[in-house]
Amino acid sequence: MVSNKALFAAVGSALLVSGCASFEPADKPEAAIHINEDPFPSTYARYPGVLTVIRHATVFTGDGQQINDGTIVFSDGVIRAVGGPDLASPAGAMEIDGTGKFVTPGIIDIHSHLGDYPSPGVSANSDGNEATDPVTPQVWAEHSVWPQDPGFSRALVNGGVTTMQILPGSANLFGGRSVVLKNVPGRTVQEMKFPGAPYGLKMACGENPKRVYGSHDHMPQTRMGNIALARETWAKAVEYKRKWDHYYAKGGDMPERDLAMDTLKGVLEGKILVQNHCYRADEMANMIDMSKEFGYHVTAFHHAVEAYKIADLLRDNDICAVMWADWYGFKMEAYDAIKENIPLVQNAGACTIVHSDDPNYIQRLNQEAAKALADGIRAGIPNLSEAVAWEWLTRNPAKALGILDKTGTLTAGKGADVVLWNGDPFSDYSRPERVWIDGAEMYDAHNPKKRPVSDFELGQPGEGDVK
Amino acid sequence: MTLRVLASLLLAAAMPAAADTIAITGGTVALGDGSEPIPNGMVVIRDGRVVAAGDIRMKLPADTKVIDATGKWVTPGIVAGFSGLGLSDVGFSAEGANDQGSDGPFNAAIDVSRAINPMHTPVAVNRADGVTRAVVAPSAGKSIFAGQGAIIDTGADMDPITAARKFQFVELGQDGAQKAGGSRSSAHVLFRDALREAAVLGHYSQPVTSSGRGEPDERERPVVRNPNESRIYSAPRPQDVLLTRFDAAALVPVLQGRQYLLVHAERASDILQVIDLKREFPSLKIVIVGASEGWLVADKIARSAIPVIASALNDLPASFEQIAATQSNVGRMRAAGVNVSIGMIGDNETHNLFMERQYAGNLVGLLKVPGATGVSWGDALAMITSRPAEAFGMGSEIGSLAPGRRADVVIWSGDPLEASSAAEHVYIDGVEQPLQTHQTRLLQRYRNLSRTDLPKAYVH
Repeated sequence: MVSNKALFAAVGSALLVSGCASFEPADKPEAAIHINEDPFPSTYARYPGVLTVIRHATVFTGDGQQINDGTIVFSDGVIRAVGGPDLASPAGAMEIDGTGKFVTPGIIDIHSHLGDYPSPGVSANSDGNEATDPVTPQVWAEHSVWPQDPGFSRALVNGGVTTMQILPGSANLFGGRSVVLKNVPGRTVQEMKFPGAPYGLKMACGENPKRVYGSHDHMPQTRMGNIALARETWAKAVEYKRKWDHYYAKGGDMPERDLAMDTLKGVLEGKILVQNHCYRADEMANMIDMSKEFGYHVTAFHHAVEAYKIADLLRDNDICAVMWADWYGFKMEAYDAIKENIPLVQNAGACTIVHSDDPNYIQRLNQEAAKALADGIRAGIPNLSEAVAWEWLTRNPAKALGILDKTGTLTAGKGADVVLWNGDPFSDYSRPERVWIDGAEMYDAHNPKKRPVSDFELGQPGEGDVK
Repeated sequence: MTLRVLASLLLAAAMPAAADTIAITGGTVALGDGSEPIPNGMVVIRDGRVVAAGDIRMKLPADTKVIDATGKWVTPGIVAGFSGLGLSDVGFSAEGANDQGSDGPFNAAIDVSRAINPMHTPVAVNRADGVTRAVVAPSAGKSIFAGQGAIIDTGADMDPITAARKFQFVELGQDGAQKAGGSRSSAHVLFRDALREAAVLGHYSQPVTSSGRGEPDERERPVVRNPNESRIYSAPRPQDVLLTRFDAAALVPVLQGRQYLLVHAERASDILQVIDLKREFPSLKIVIVGASEGWLVADKIARSAIPVIASALNDLPASFEQIAATQSNVGRMRAAGVNVSIGMIGDNETHNLFMERQYAGNLVGLLKVPGATGVSWGDALAMITSRPAEAFGMGSEIGSLAPGRRADVVIWSGDPLEASSAAEHVYIDGVEQPLQTHQTRLLQRYRNLSRTDLPKAYVH
């Protein structure tokens, strides 16, 4: 460890520049400097909405319930009430007839690269993988997000997506921090950041890290190299956290600041959630053991195509499986993908999530859930329904992002992230008709002015077109 | 049920008895020709061909196998309009499992029919989901010319090729520009020079003659003899050649209009350049694939009568040649009179062809979106059955349930344009296909995770 004395003044003044650190004069060396854990704070503010009531719609609440002839009331950004036809309308409400239509919570895509791999997909815009080192927990996806990615608007108007986790890519074992965004266009990423959402740490096992670095004669070249390097890194993080804990408890010289280790310390403290790219059952088991060795929890395995082989293990360890409906075979670790993966995980009682990882499929996550649901029912898996399947799209991703108290279900008191579908969202023929985020109407299919158009598309052919 | 259906059959034109006559009755039948579905229709197949389909009644031989499809839907098998099916079992990092590339010394002479493996898991997975035929194209390597593509079936047998060397695939958009050295103008010069070199060789090629036995003229139904068996390799050539003899010889049938030329172009201005090729080389039988900005020049494509195989739902400016992309592209081109079908262009084209019916359903869904241009249900089905077949002159063989067509028939659990529906029976050339796959076997093994007397490896 480098002596901290020489670094103390420099680090301290750097923290002062950030304007958020508490800094005690040097004559009180026992007092701690507290690291600012939120140096890029959300500046999101909801847009205005009106007191709105939707009646006579089929409602999927997102927590397993279906209400026929349902009613929802929201105002001031918040859901006020959800119920049946008897639910009274407050005076002055704008009433929408939802007959033949469906109401759901806004879809949450827990795995997106919008903004960090935006359209157009040219190298100048390719900002998703800091593939210069397999261990880069110090990079933050939000610093790559281009708020003008035209993909955000497609996810909103065609997909009914109101919240997304933007992740770094999977070239690295530790890819960096994710960021959770509201799908509300902003001039800056800060204006899109979901207030109060915890950070995630993108980790990856398997083929990608070993392919990227192995081809450079650089560790990792193998799966055992993946695990070895990850363990070495966690061992350092545990030591780093111990130094800071000691410093906060006892004072003395401030430990040397390490941005990469700050992220891992956040994981060890339970403040940052591990979002772990991992396909194969055996590798997920290894990652679970590694998490126990170092004292952190894996929140979710993403692209978990073999989750069905260890659904019991995932359930017992309270880990979500984040899955596609039917992608398979595009690489070896996806060779054993099966179409019943999602319903089998649900059946085992583990947390089940549908994700896109794609700027096109994010527009049809409801249809991905529909396929998985149908495949599960055909396989004879019990207790499946559209209402249950909707949990895969909103409640469970909200849980895995640490925002279930704020969104993900149609529950009084939560943010009014609401989609009105023009038909059953489990059909290929249905689309969002209107979308509200925190009660503000961000899309209305009948009003071309209620359709976001990115800066990039202004003055280009097709500006403001249906997409 | 079977008895009731048989009893309802009217005494009509008798058919010769044949053990392999199959009648699929009571289902909602869609012919794949653009017409809307027919409730309580019937499909009769025999000797690998469709005898009749639709709202028909006919006397059936006594030993006809009758399949009750009440509550089901019956359609022609899906024809994947653009794919790499059979060329790749695993996408990457799996040596020997992928034959899509063509980075070797040859380009136009490449013939994917040599590489198709009907045993690949994606063939079975797509077969089990009702995909019965596919247009298979190679990927371009170093040249704008990718090589010759084939039409295949997905049958569980070792005879996958329906038509080898059906088309030459060429990149004349962004990819073509990159392969030609960095500009579209360079790609177009390269293209013209290649046709010139082919023309030189073409002078020495045997004239195509009709066999005189009443068969269609080769010029009407382009079927290309294997260029590797050609005698024109010994022809003299000028010195300034960019193509190998094999590659130049492979372009002779393109130049003579005996082999289709499938051109990848997305940008509206690139599409117009492709249309212009028709004026310069009137014999070319061009099909455009891609056309994300086709709607901007839809009337001109329609006038050119060039068929288009488009991505169904591209709506992102994913590249600078797709700035105007919209899901209404297909509907707008169709409304302008373009013969449009759907392909998987750069979209899991080796594996996920079964998604074409979901995409087609989404195009129908656009009918309900204000300002969007969708397509009718019948049109949408045609775009994934008969239209891609017609684009390559094979509409009289595959892609619909008209009498005489190959009996590629799928019985679905429900509306096939709903992705939640599944194929329950799949016939290719009249032969019922197994629907078991690597995936269904894994499901059986892992359906129950409880520990038993032996490991999972013994569950099979």
